[in-house]
Amino acid sequence: MLEVKDIWKVFNAGTVNEKQALRGVSLTLKDGDFCTVIGGNGAGKSTLLNAVAGTWAVDGGSISIGGVDVTHLPDYKRAPYIGRVFQDPMLGTAPTMQILENLALAARRGQRRGLRWGVTKAEKEQYQEMLKNLDLGLEDRLTSKVGLLSGGQRQALTLLMASLKKPKLLLLDEHTAALDPKTAAKVLELSDRIVAESHLTTMMVTHNMKDAIQHGNRLIMMYDGKIVIDVSGEEKKKLTVPQLLELFNKVSGSDEADDKLLLS
Amino acid sequence: MLSFIGALPGAVSQGLIWGIMAIGVYITYKILDIADLTVDGSFCTGGAVFVMLFGSGASLWLALLAALAAGLLAGLVTGLLHTACGIPAILAGILTQLGLWSVNLAVMGMKANVAINVTDQANLDRLLVSLRFVQDVAKGTRPFYRHPILVVGVFSLAIISVLYWFFGTELGASLRATGANPNMARAQGINTDTGKVLGLMLSNGLVALSGALLSQYQSFADASMGKGAIVIGLAAVIIGQVVFGRIFRNFALKMLAVSLGAVIYYTVIQAVVSLSNINTNYLKLISAIIVAVFLTIPYWKGKYFHAKVKTGGASHA
Repeated sequence: MLEVKDIWKVFNAGTVNEKQALRGVSLTLKDGDFCTVIGGNGAGKSTLLNAVAGTWAVDGGSISIGGVDVTHLPDYKRAPYIGRVFQDPMLGTAPTMQILENLALAARRGQRRGLRWGVTKAEKEQYQEMLKNLDLGLEDRLTSKVGLLSGGQRQALTLLMASLKKPKLLLLDEHTAALDPKTAAKVLELSDRIVAESHLTTMMVTHNMKDAIQHGNRLIMMYDGKIVIDVSGEEKKKLTVPQLLELFNKVSGSDEADDKLLLS
Repeated sequence: MLSFIGALPGAVSQGLIWGIMAIGVYITYKILDIADLTVDGSFCTGGAVFVMLFGSGASLWLALLAALAAGLLAGLVTGLLHTACGIPAILAGILTQLGLWSVNLAVMGMKANVAINVTDQANLDRLLVSLRFVQDVAKGTRPFYRHPILVVGVFSLAIISVLYWFFGTELGASLRATGANPNMARAQGINTDTGKVLGLMLSNGLVALSGALLSQYQSFADASMGKGAIVIGLAAVIIGQVVFGRIFRNFALKMLAVSLGAVIYYTVIQAVVSLSNINTNYLKLISAIIVAVFLTIPYWKGKYFHAKVKTGGASHA
């Protein structure tokens, strides 16, 4: 479903701040794969996700989604294939627009937007039903402005929007990092449900090793712009946090346990 | 006082005309979140194109349509400078505005001022609005439905209706999303660059239309007639929001508030002029101060006067 071949990316090339963010990353996800991505700060997790989403063009390599080569497409042209949830709850929704309007915008992802009505009556009922399933009490607030919602509600809504029109690939970029633990758990559970229900191919970046192990059927760890660990299937199911840390230390060639990873 | 009451219908008419420009400013400033300075130039462009075409015998509606088209074009230039050339929106607007100064003069045959011949009765009758109609209706020599307040009022309502419809469509909603959250818009497959260009065109089209109406009303176009238009537009947007913000929640009503904001602005200015012996050269300074004060109040309110938070009670996640 997703095929990333040998992609490279340098930020601030030629300056003192030059950062080789991706060094020849290759990754293939099969249809229905749920892959978690972990790694320390600056390891290239979010860079990889942004490369796939098309936030900027990569310096080298190729990316194809569902057999379509998207390497040279800008982000909004990749949108028909990709559902995204950002780390910052503010980024995924339009705060000054109604819940209803946000959903209607998402329902038309990848379609030509013409002079037909932006929201139809049939949609309204359909969304109401969907929001009921979220169990956040949003079904009676369809015409409320999204800016009035809490961070957790917004992320849940963004998830719904990302999956409303079934994407070929769902990208979750530390989408629970800005939430309190209880809300984060709820949003994660919802993510699992939506991924399972719609059988979505998913990439989820997280800082939390436990989450990375518990969710999905595949786990990759990045270090210094490369994928250093790639486990899946039974092997992943049996993985524990201490094992993962040990693996990481072996691969990265450092003895000291990475406090940042351990603590988060 | 008497002179103020006498001048009131004129002030309201002019306010309504500027209100159409203010609605254009509202589209860029409030919906797209861009401060577009093109309007100081495109306002005059509309007036110049209208006066020249109308003067050469073109029909009223053709001349108005041409003014609208000229405004759309001015917005297109700013939009392309901003999106295709990567120039910051404010600077892109200033560049277009500066360039339009020469263009406007060229349109008017290198004259700073071109009049519509209103002493020719047939020509006057062809106009949609004119300062003279105010007096004519008062004297009873013209039917009441030709009164500029009524004509421009209906004109404004028609524009508001069309815009209300447009911003409710898929395309219009994508424009609103572009202004509200470009990240979200792009993630939903919306080309935000196209959205910005379209919004700037629409806005300047309305501004030029308003310029065309004003040049009819005062029966001439002037190279400097758009000077400070952006400030008047902002004043109308802000006054409308302050006065009607709490009761006008619907999108169409918000645009109506902008239009009424312009009317209030002009009425106040008229009052200042009639009731005091102020030199009219100070009007621009007064306008600038009014807008600065109204923009400052909400900022200071948020910074220095915090609403008292109720403590206790259940917390909501």
